[in-house]
Amino acid sequence: MTFHPGHHELHGVTVVLETRGARTYVGRFDSQDESGVHLLDVGVHEAGEQQSREEYLKRTLKFGVRAEQKHVLVPASQVVGITRLADVTAESVKREP
Amino acid sequence: MPYNPALVAPMRDEMVRMGARELTTVTDVDAELGDQRGTTLVFVNSVCGCAAGNARPALRLALEHGVRPRNIVTVFAGQDLEATARARQYFGEYQPSSPSIALFRDGEVVHFVHRHQIEGRSPQTIAGELTAAFERYCGVQV
Repeated sequence: MTFHPGHHELHGVTVVLETRGARTYVGRFDSQDESGVHLLDVGVHEAGEQQSREEYLKRTLKFGVRAEQKHVLVPASQVVGITRLADVTAESVKREP
Repeated sequence: MPYNPALVAPMRDEMVRMGARELTTVTDVDAELGDQRGTTLVFVNSVCGCAAGNARPALRLALEHGVRPRNIVTVFAGQDLEATARARQYFGEYQPSSPSIALFRDGEVVHFVHRHQIEGRSPQTIAGELTAAFERYCGVQV
């Protein structure tokens, strides 16, 4: 059910966006167009940071999204996958290297 | 910029009808959350139809449960900006999102429902999780 007719089905939903690169984004899905995916109120994890991606997502599940950027445009070519944060569990956050 | 008051009035009224007290100023928030005893639920209201449209009915259902917080208060994100920002200071490490729900016991956040835990879920499902938290944290302490 959507209350935003005409928008993408994920509009307004908090998602985890995996990229081909080192970054994982967590934010509110706004839209998708030819330039890529637009996220709002976005937290970013970069592989190699002191906090692992697994720890980052576990902490996000518990404490919410620590928004570092108001808007992020992820080029479509960089998007590997998009998952609702609500569907992420502490057990599922491990990703194959 | 705050929304048109006429637009949000029904959303405020929905909260008041279920027994929530509106906190619209920093003074209101400090008076309620500054020196807490017992249990207090803070509902961060929102105009977002897809999330708050389920969260308000969920709270109404949950408050019909036999065990519930002693105090029910609400701030309105995007509307009462200063009051909402102040309330979030009491949430500690829990990040801002709206709608969201914080349950305090003796001044400490013991349960938090983020926006992402509300999106796409039915009021009944959300209410079920809230009542489980009520039973855990708002019952008689032994």
